[in-house]
Amino acid sequence: MNRISRRRFLKIAGFGAGAAALAAASTRRLSGAIPAGTAGVRTVPTYCDICFWKCNAVAHVRDGQLWKIVGNPDDPLCQGRLCPRGTGGVGAHFDPDRLRAPLMRRKERGEEKWVEVTWDEALGYIAERMQTIKAKYGPEAVALFSHGIGGTFLKHTLRAYGITNSAAPSFAQCRGPRDVGFNLTFGEEIGSPERTDIRNARCLVLIGSHLGENMHNTQVQEFAEANGNGATIIVADPRFSIAASKAQHYLPVKPGTDLALLLAWMNVLVTEGLYDTDYVTQHGYGFDYFKAELAQYTPEWAYPETGIAPEIIRATAREMARHRPATLVHPGRHATWYGDDTQRSRAIALLNALLGSWGRKGGFYYPSSMDVPAYPYPPYPQSARGKVDNPKQRFPFATETITTGIREATITGQPYPVKGWFVYATNLIHAMPNQEETIRAIRALDLLVVVDVIPSEIAGWADVVLPEATYLERYDDLNVETFRDPFIALRQPVVTPPADQKPNWWIARELALKLGLGAYYPWHDIEEYLDFRLKGAGLSLAELKQKGLVRGPQQPLYFEDGVPAEFPTPSGKIEFYSTQLKDAGFDPVPRYTRPADGPPGTFRLLSGRAPVHTFSRTQSNPVLRDAMDENEVWVNGDVGARLGLHSGDYVRLRNQDGVVSDRVKARVTAAIRPDCVYMVHGFGHTSKGLRSTFGKGASDAQLMTRYAVDPLMGGTGINVNFVTIEQGA
Amino acid sequence: MARFGMVIDTKKCVGCMDCVVACKTENDVPDGHCRDWISQRLQGEMPDLRLTITSERCNHCDSPPCVTCCPTGASHVQDFGKVVLVDHGKCIGCKACLAACPYGARFIHPDGYADKCTFCMHRVERGLAPACVDVCPTRCMYFGDLDDPESEVSRLIATRRHFVLKPDAGTRPRIFYLE
Repeated sequence: MNRISRRRFLKIAGFGAGAAALAAASTRRLSGAIPAGTAGVRTVPTYCDICFWKCNAVAHVRDGQLWKIVGNPDDPLCQGRLCPRGTGGVGAHFDPDRLRAPLMRRKERGEEKWVEVTWDEALGYIAERMQTIKAKYGPEAVALFSHGIGGTFLKHTLRAYGITNSAAPSFAQCRGPRDVGFNLTFGEEIGSPERTDIRNARCLVLIGSHLGENMHNTQVQEFAEANGNGATIIVADPRFSIAASKAQHYLPVKPGTDLALLLAWMNVLVTEGLYDTDYVTQHGYGFDYFKAELAQYTPEWAYPETGIAPEIIRATAREMARHRPATLVHPGRHATWYGDDTQRSRAIALLNALLGSWGRKGGFYYPSSMDVPAYPYPPYPQSARGKVDNPKQRFPFATETITTGIREATITGQPYPVKGWFVYATNLIHAMPNQEETIRAIRALDLLVVVDVIPSEIAGWADVVLPEATYLERYDDLNVETFRDPFIALRQPVVTPPADQKPNWWIARELALKLGLGAYYPWHDIEEYLDFRLKGAGLSLAELKQKGLVRGPQQPLYFEDGVPAEFPTPSGKIEFYSTQLKDAGFDPVPRYTRPADGPPGTFRLLSGRAPVHTFSRTQSNPVLRDAMDENEVWVNGDVGARLGLHSGDYVRLRNQDGVVSDRVKARVTAAIRPDCVYMVHGFGHTSKGLRSTFGKGASDAQLMTRYAVDPLMGGTGINVNFVTIEQGA
Repeated sequence: MARFGMVIDTKKCVGCMDCVVACKTENDVPDGHCRDWISQRLQGEMPDLRLTITSERCNHCDSPPCVTCCPTGASHVQDFGKVVLVDHGKCIGCKACLAACPYGARFIHPDGYADKCTFCMHRVERGLAPACVDVCPTRCMYFGDLDDPESEVSRLIATRRHFVLKPDAGTRPRIFYLE
């Protein structure tokens, strides 16, 4: 039934000569770097890990001490300029709260009572427990939760052991609905970095996407560039975000009604004949059915739903049409909001299709990557048991493993028991909604191992905590980037870890040896592995160590450049009508369902990002903490006046299930609608080890006890929680 | 002789604080202090709101009250670039300059002297831009010689609507914000 395709992109082989030519042309001095030869200063190129964007950076070491990190000017992602988190990356190395030695639990889980042990003891214990689980339940009973490129080697070890369940919250708690929605429409995903041609857009439409606060470097740089070049910016958001403040058209849409707005915009484009008829005729499938479906969604219909006046819906739709195909309706990234997120993302995809922006300059480009052969490992053991996260394809359009599905299987023991969790660099307590369910799953485990840099909340629940070296102290796998300008980049150690922290590749390899899986590690040191892979691509580790990255030749980006207009959907066309959705019992054209309001007197809880923090992973970084050490709850000004609440007052939030937050500062402002409140995600730490940030601000995740599951792909929409404000905190 | 100044395009600035973080690492600014910061001013009512974001620091004023009030001569205008600096050796930490500065640009360093933005003179002397200018991901900041009519900063001031902070203070600040 499910004919959804995996991400497909052009791979470039034989790029050696082109890369050499580029390198020769690129002899610019490192921007921001002390000129070569400055006494006592050494520079090391590497790539950043403060978020997943993986910008290429140049770290500066002064008199043997890490000093500062700047962007690598040869990097097509950051163009020589890191974001504030990357600039503050030095703080990750100096963080006094970071884990220093392997820890084993000596009291109950979650009590955070530890004994420091040697690596040999820790890994020996883990291996022994893993062998017991394997003997009793099979290797599939161990699961991996991992975020970021650092998890590569641990995943390798665990797959060699025999695991089949491996997931990242980046799918079911983040971009999953978006990628599935676009895949159902165009046959391709958006990917990361997003294939959005913001730089060339003449009209940019953001729906809840708060670029500038959400600091994905390339996107923000291009947003500023488009804005500076006079592009029209249209922002729909219940909150007057930074992006909204740059917009010519700001639409304070009622939370949860974005799909109504999208349908009304499409209604205007079709009714007024403003869409790209040639493009739709040539590439579209099922347009007539789509058009008939859309007829009901007039701007007048959308007005009471969204709160956006019909004339504004019409004016903004016409503005989009005026600039097409260089009108980019941004697909967003964190898209798990209301449980109808795949259909909302599909509506965004269809709006782009009407504007003819997919495959066009100023819309969505076609990325490419360089071809670096994988290391030739022995094949992994095969399992006949399948994965636990999505039994009977309950979510027929899930393209990746569902974290919350593994959690559920761990609690129920169905379809088979899950008894061991490895968690790498993802703070599951903050990353998945309903913390009580996560803790219930943990209680059902025989083994919980957490590999992390800091004592995150999930580490507090572990049996064994393994302290990882930061990205500035380790090698990782190569970043073979799929982007507008393809490149291969190296992460390499800049300084040594301050205590007994180890790089993930070493941890994974040592664990494999303890498990008797040495055959899967024919290399002894990661430099050997990296050099082998790079030689396979006609490069060398020595070259990458010196340059940090090697760029490949840019490939055609748009249909007009010669990219073939092919859509790997079942019809081979852009699917205005989706037969596979219809066959699976879903709406073939997105339909709007009004979201349920909260109880009277409550506010819908919304959350988002701050430019100086990544998830719940950076609040103890002393440099970034100095820039922002607690979050605030945004409360509408009239609401504040009614409650006698002032900016700076501390409050607590109580949700519909009686969960009460830590104290958090109110920001009483005209910049948010009266029916919702907003917080930056990642604060409100409860881990005792995070001394510097413990109790600072409140956790949105703690209040997200409810979640709406997307029936198409299992995503967990979190904007379905409602809170009241308790004063005098 | 050059007279250095800065132009900041508020249309492009997103207030991400990269300038603040870059200054802290470049200049080893102690925890709890900063030499530059972001201010936001919100006006209007939903949905007709207007937000002005300003990246602020010492304005290296042409009439610097921090220099005239300094009892020891520690606060001074340097010949090169007419930049306002503090001679740490001469500073007695009396805080007169903190009180005199209408922009709140100064703080007492834990080592006992008044500290503030230097326009990254250690970089400018090497031909580099200040760290905040060089790091800005939105490329909204410009640095240069205000006395050179051909400089980028002079051209921007000549061609774009702009404002300065607290013009009534009579300090003649040299950071210009484009609208």
